[in-house]
Amino acid sequence: MMKTVFKRTPTLKDCPTHYCPGCGHGIAHRLIAEIIDELDIRDRTIGIAPVGCAVLAYDYLDVDMVEVAHGRPPAVATGMKRTNPDKIIFSYQGDGDLASIGAAEILHAGHRGEQITVVFINNAVYGMTGGQMAPTTMLDQVTATTPKGRSAAEQGYPLQVSELLATLPGTIYIERCALSSVAQIRKTKKAIKHAFDLQLEGADGMSMVEVLSPCPTYWRMSPTKAMEWLENNMTKVFPLGRLKG
Amino acid sequence: MCGNEALAESAIIAGCDAYFGYPITPQNEVPAYMSRRMPEEGRVFVQSESELAAINMVFGASATGKRAMTSSSSPGISLMQEGISYLSGAELPAVVVNVMRGGPGLGNIAPSQADYFQATRGGGHGDYRTIVLGPSSVQELVDCMPLAFDLADQYRMTVMVLADGILGQMMEPVVLEKKKGRELPPKDWALTGAAGRKQNIVRSLWLPEGALEELNNKLLDKYKQVEKNEVLCEEYEVDDADIVVVAYGVAARIVRGAVSRAREEGIKAGWIRPITLWPFPTGQISRAADEFRIFLVVEMSNGQMVEDVRLAVTGKAPVLFYGRPGGGVPTVDEILDQIRQLTLRPKT
Amino acid sequence: MAGKIIIDTERCKGCGLCITVCPKKSIVISEISNRNGYFPAQADNSNCTGCGACAIICPEAIIEVLRDDSDNVEIIIEPREDSEQNLIGEKA
Repeated sequence: MMKTVFKRTPTLKDCPTHYCPGCGHGIAHRLIAEIIDELDIRDRTIGIAPVGCAVLAYDYLDVDMVEVAHGRPPAVATGMKRTNPDKIIFSYQGDGDLASIGAAEILHAGHRGEQITVVFINNAVYGMTGGQMAPTTMLDQVTATTPKGRSAAEQGYPLQVSELLATLPGTIYIERCALSSVAQIRKTKKAIKHAFDLQLEGADGMSMVEVLSPCPTYWRMSPTKAMEWLENNMTKVFPLGRLKG
Repeated sequence: MCGNEALAESAIIAGCDAYFGYPITPQNEVPAYMSRRMPEEGRVFVQSESELAAINMVFGASATGKRAMTSSSSPGISLMQEGISYLSGAELPAVVVNVMRGGPGLGNIAPSQADYFQATRGGGHGDYRTIVLGPSSVQELVDCMPLAFDLADQYRMTVMVLADGILGQMMEPVVLEKKKGRELPPKDWALTGAAGRKQNIVRSLWLPEGALEELNNKLLDKYKQVEKNEVLCEEYEVDDADIVVVAYGVAARIVRGAVSRAREEGIKAGWIRPITLWPFPTGQISRAADEFRIFLVVEMSNGQMVEDVRLAVTGKAPVLFYGRPGGGVPTVDEILDQIRQLTLRPKT
Repeated sequence: MAGKIIIDTERCKGCGLCITVCPKKSIVISEISNRNGYFPAQADNSNCTGCGACAIICPEAIIEVLRDDSDNVEIIIEPREDSEQNLIGEKA
C-alpha cells in the first residue's frame, strides 16, 4: 500500500509562483513553510517580505506578513518584536535588500541583538530589476551593470555579510548554507530551523542564515548548471558553514 | 515643563506603546525623556541608527496594531519621508512630531516653520496626505498628542505634529490629564499571527491593473472625510476687521501681540489661526474674504502657508506676506509695522 | 517498485532539477508542453524508490512522493489504560 511520505505543507499556499524556472526562492519558501508547520507556530508568526523577487512572498506563505520599503525589514522587525515579544518575527531578504540599501539596518539590528530571525537569500544579483550587480556579485561576474565582469578596482569585492555580522556580540547564530543540492538543502533547512528555535526559546540575540541561491535567468545558465556554478564557484568566495552559535 | 518633555508625557498618557527616535537638536529632550519613562511604564523605547530606521520601526509596531510614534527635527523628518509614504500606502496609523529648525540643509537649530510644504503636501512619493497639527502653546502641544493618536487610529493615517525650536524648548505650566478618547474602530487588519483566521497582509504594493488606482481613490475618499470633519481653526475679531493676519504655531502668538497693539492704535485688525494645517481651514478663510479685507500672512519662513491662504481667498482679496526665514523670528513691532502700512482706503 | 511520485505537470516550469538529482534517472522531460508552454518533467516511476530527492529540490513544490510501506511494520506503543503503572500516581 503506497503511503505519502512527502507533500506540500499547508503553510505553503497551493498556487503557482512568479519565480523563474529553477529559482532558489521557491525552495527557500518551502523550507520556511515546512519549519513553521513543524514548529506549529503559524498562529504567532509574522513574516516580512523584502523588495526584490520575493516581494510577493506573502502570496505564497500563508502567515501574517508585511511588505516593507527596500532594505528596511530589520528596522520593521525591531518595531514588531519589541512591541510583541511573544510573536515569532522573521525577515526574508535578498542580497540587494539586506547587503546594499539595508546594510545599516541589518548591522544595527545585529548590533542591538534584536531577537529576530533573518533568512538572507544571496543569489549575487538583483533579480527583479533585471540582473544588476549586487554587493555579493562575484569578481568577473557579468551582470547588467558590470558588462565586462565585476572588477575589484571598479566595483570592489563581493561582500561577506555573514562574516561581517558574526563579529557583532548581538548576533548569536550565523550560518551560511546553499540550495545547490539535496544534501545542502537539508542542511539549509536544519540551519533555518535552528534559527527559528533560538527565537522560540527567547535566546538573546539575532540569528541569521545566509542561503546561497541560484538565479538561472541572470546568471545566464540552465538551472542545473547554475547549481553546479554555485557549488563550485560561489562557495569559494562565500564559504559554507556555521560561523557562530 | 518644557514642550519636548510635555509632549512626551502626554503621548505616554495617551497610550503610546512604543517610541523610536534618533538624537537631533532641538528635540533631544523627547528621546531622552522617553528613554527614562517608557521602561517605567513597561513600554518600548528604542534609539535607532537613523531617522530612516526609526520611521520603519514605527511602521513595524503600527503594523501589529500598536500605538507608535517618533519625533525628530527637519533634516531627520526629511529622512522619514519614504517611510511616511509607505505608512500612508499601507494605511497604517502613526504619529510623527517635527520640532522644526532652520533649513534647508543642515541649517541651524533656531526655530522655523519652513517645513510646512513638506508636511502638508507630503514630502514622499505618491498621492497621499498626512493630518498636520500646528499647536502654538505647550498646553496645546500636550493636547495635540491624544488627538493625534486618535485621529491616526480612526483614519489609519500618519498624523504630524508641527512644533518648532521655541515650542520644544520653552517652559510653560501645563495640565496633563487622561481625557476620554474617541470611539475607535477595532484593528482587525493588524498582524498578530493568523490564529484562527485568514492571514493578514499589510502592504502598499498593488501591481494588478487598476488595483493601485482603486487604493488611491479609497485614500481620497478618506481624506475628504478628514477635510469635512476634522478642521480646527481659531479666530479673533475678524468680523469688523479691515486687516486679517493669518499665522499658526509660535508665529501666531507673536501676531496676537501685534494685533492687540494695533487695535489699541485704532487699527481694525484681527487674526485667524489654523490649528489643523491639513486639513486647511479653507472655508473659514474664504468666508472671511467675502467682505473686502486685506490678508497678511506671517510665517517663520519665506512663505508657504501663504499659498494655501491665496487658494482659500480665490482672488477675492489681496493676500500679502511677511516672513523671517532661516530661523529668524519676527518681533511684535515688525508685524505691527506691516499692519500699519496696510490702511484700507475706500475706492475714490 | 518501492516508490512513486506524482508531478503536477501543469505547474511544472521544466527547470529539470529533479531530473538531475534523481538517483535512478527515472524522470524525463515530457514532449507535450503544458498550458503555460513549459515542457514539464514526467515520471515513469519504473524504478523509483520514493527517496524524495526530486521533491526536495523542486522549486515549485509540486512533487508528491509515495512509498510502499507494506514490508516495514510500524510498531505503535500505547499504554493500556488500566495497567498497574498508570495507577501509581493515585496511591494515597
